[in-house]
Amino acid sequence: MDVRSSAFKHNARIALEDANLQQALGNLKAGFPGKRAAAVARLPEFDQLRDQARDLKNHILEHLDLYLEEFERKVLANGGQVHWCRTDEDARRTVLEICRQQNAKTVTKGKSMVTEEIGLNDYLEAHGVTPVETDLGEYILQLRQDHPSHIVAPAIHLTLNDVAEAFHEHHQRPKSDDPAVLMQEAREMLRQQFVAADVGITGANFLIAETGSTIICTNEGNGDLTQTLPKTHVVVSSIEKVVPTLEDMTLFLRLLARSATGQEFTVYNTLSSGPRRPGDQDGPEHFHVVLVDNGRSDMLGSELQEMLRCIRCSACMNHCPVYGAVGGQSYGWVYPGPMGSVLTPQMVGIENAALLPNASTFCGKCEEVCPVRIPLPKLMRHWREREFARHLTPKAARYGLKFWSFFARRPALYRWLAGSGNRLLRLLARNKGRLGRLPLAGGWTDHRDLPTPSGKTFMQQWQERNR
Amino acid sequence: MSRTEIFNRIRSGLRVGINDEARRQSVQARLDARAPNLIPQRAQRPHAEQLQLFMEMARESAAELVELQRRDQLAAAAEHWLADNGCQQLVIAGDENLHDLSWSGNAGLVREQRPAQVGDQASLTNAFCGIAETGTLLLYSRQESPTTLNFLPDNHLVVLAASQVVGVYEEAWQKLRAATGGSLPRTVNLITGPSRSADIEQKLQMGAHGPRQLVIFLLHDE
Repeated sequence: MDVRSSAFKHNARIALEDANLQQALGNLKAGFPGKRAAAVARLPEFDQLRDQARDLKNHILEHLDLYLEEFERKVLANGGQVHWCRTDEDARRTVLEICRQQNAKTVTKGKSMVTEEIGLNDYLEAHGVTPVETDLGEYILQLRQDHPSHIVAPAIHLTLNDVAEAFHEHHQRPKSDDPAVLMQEAREMLRQQFVAADVGITGANFLIAETGSTIICTNEGNGDLTQTLPKTHVVVSSIEKVVPTLEDMTLFLRLLARSATGQEFTVYNTLSSGPRRPGDQDGPEHFHVVLVDNGRSDMLGSELQEMLRCIRCSACMNHCPVYGAVGGQSYGWVYPGPMGSVLTPQMVGIENAALLPNASTFCGKCEEVCPVRIPLPKLMRHWREREFARHLTPKAARYGLKFWSFFARRPALYRWLAGSGNRLLRLLARNKGRLGRLPLAGGWTDHRDLPTPSGKTFMQQWQERNR
Repeated sequence: MSRTEIFNRIRSGLRVGINDEARRQSVQARLDARAPNLIPQRAQRPHAEQLQLFMEMARESAAELVELQRRDQLAAAAEHWLADNGCQQLVIAGDENLHDLSWSGNAGLVREQRPAQVGDQASLTNAFCGIAETGTLLLYSRQESPTTLNFLPDNHLVVLAASQVVGVYEEAWQKLRAATGGSLPRTVNLITGPSRSADIEQKLQMGAHGPRQLVIFLLHDE
């Protein structure tokens, strides 16, 4: 997927004016946050579990090499194979190679953000292997030649009518705007594909070192059909997803669904440990785990290490006012929202994604809901510092900061100016408390009023209270 | 060589050497201990209450629950459910305790024992255990119980002995390790309700790619 993150401002402007998208985003805001809150309220230990999950992830990351070695040992003992891929290009080639060994014509795919990250579908297609997405949301996107806008609900940017039109065009059936009928169509269309596929590709939510297992958490059951019916099952995942034991996996499972969709538990949590065993009447004959690094190992020991705790639940974007206003595609690459604003610069380069860590109000809601307590605002601030250090910050912002720092280093002048500005704004607002228009502030006032200061400056109040 | 390079990068990022005994011991200790993390209070109760919780949570997940006393009532109950739901065909797992059920034979029901195929209307399998915490079933693959039976048919009928209901996931892992000799079977399925998707406008629809209905026959005397 091309990186369009440097066009964030342009993308966001178009998104804000897209009535269809705004309607679709309304569904997200009305759904996930409330459902999460209800699920959290039912589990009094939720915050303690978050603390433990944070600490456990920190332990895992500090011993990542050793847990990965153990995981590999156990996969091999189970009769599977492990492939280590330093880059996205390595990973694409590895998957293609496995497909070619099987003379694969079509592969079915469960939902996997890592395969989006490595751009697998286009690559397979260009090399004569047809990928078929089987998750309902991903299937809709594939028909529309579109990309996910959310890491859990990939088609959240589309309305019912968008789906109805796509199905009508591709399924040659009468157009229906009943979601039940549409899902039924997809079910029927994909039935034969599941059976016909030579290879099934899934992601993994966790890799369990103790048993050499991978686990997928899904609601539809498509991932299970994808990995059970073809001769070969390929798991594409990334190195930070390893956990020590089944007990440790359980800690994360208790947090994942509640944080993501507000469910008590995902419908299907499926552990896969190697190819079919003697006597098994179904299941794949070959089991491959493709482990992708793609910039993750560089985050260890850096300010960004904490980001590797992420379990991809999507709570941060579900609660983000910026994501909720502009949608996932404005971010211009695979991972949107706050987690994406930290990951994308790492994976595609800060020079291509400098606007993303700036696309935050730093309201802190993302950190507040994160099940592994990643300090997302701090990490975005870190990227802003790197951006500034590398002189990537736009001229206007640099001069603005210089201008501000001139006064900030002269406290008396600063206070006088703040006090005068305060009075001037109040005067301009003529006691209405807000301004509809202000020179040089069109970016704000074109869309909403600017609230004006209602009293004394912070320093004035501070001094009065300490008197 | 990607593998070496990745491990070198991890170790240099963490500023650790390859032969750090203390780190190895800390990892091995965690792997050996298989210690539980915090276990929520919710399901830590006497068995009778766990059973109640299991039933509540299973129903909440949209599974259908049929309570029976004994296994000899199973065939009639299954035939009844299948007739009500317009199914003329049932694929049965190979477990011995599903072999000699007292089918009436007059319901016109075709019964087969094999892995599932596209078009199958219903399957009947055993659950290894039930987990009260979330009303979850645990099933695992073996010669008698092909995984496709859990996903391909339109309706999944599962038999669960009440004595096999545990409180929390951690107990299920212990039971599973004991039953399978430590290493896991090829596939372990935790199933909580029937298949669903909310990918179209966040409106929840039942029956996406897996079974549209999940029916649990709970045997109280077993």
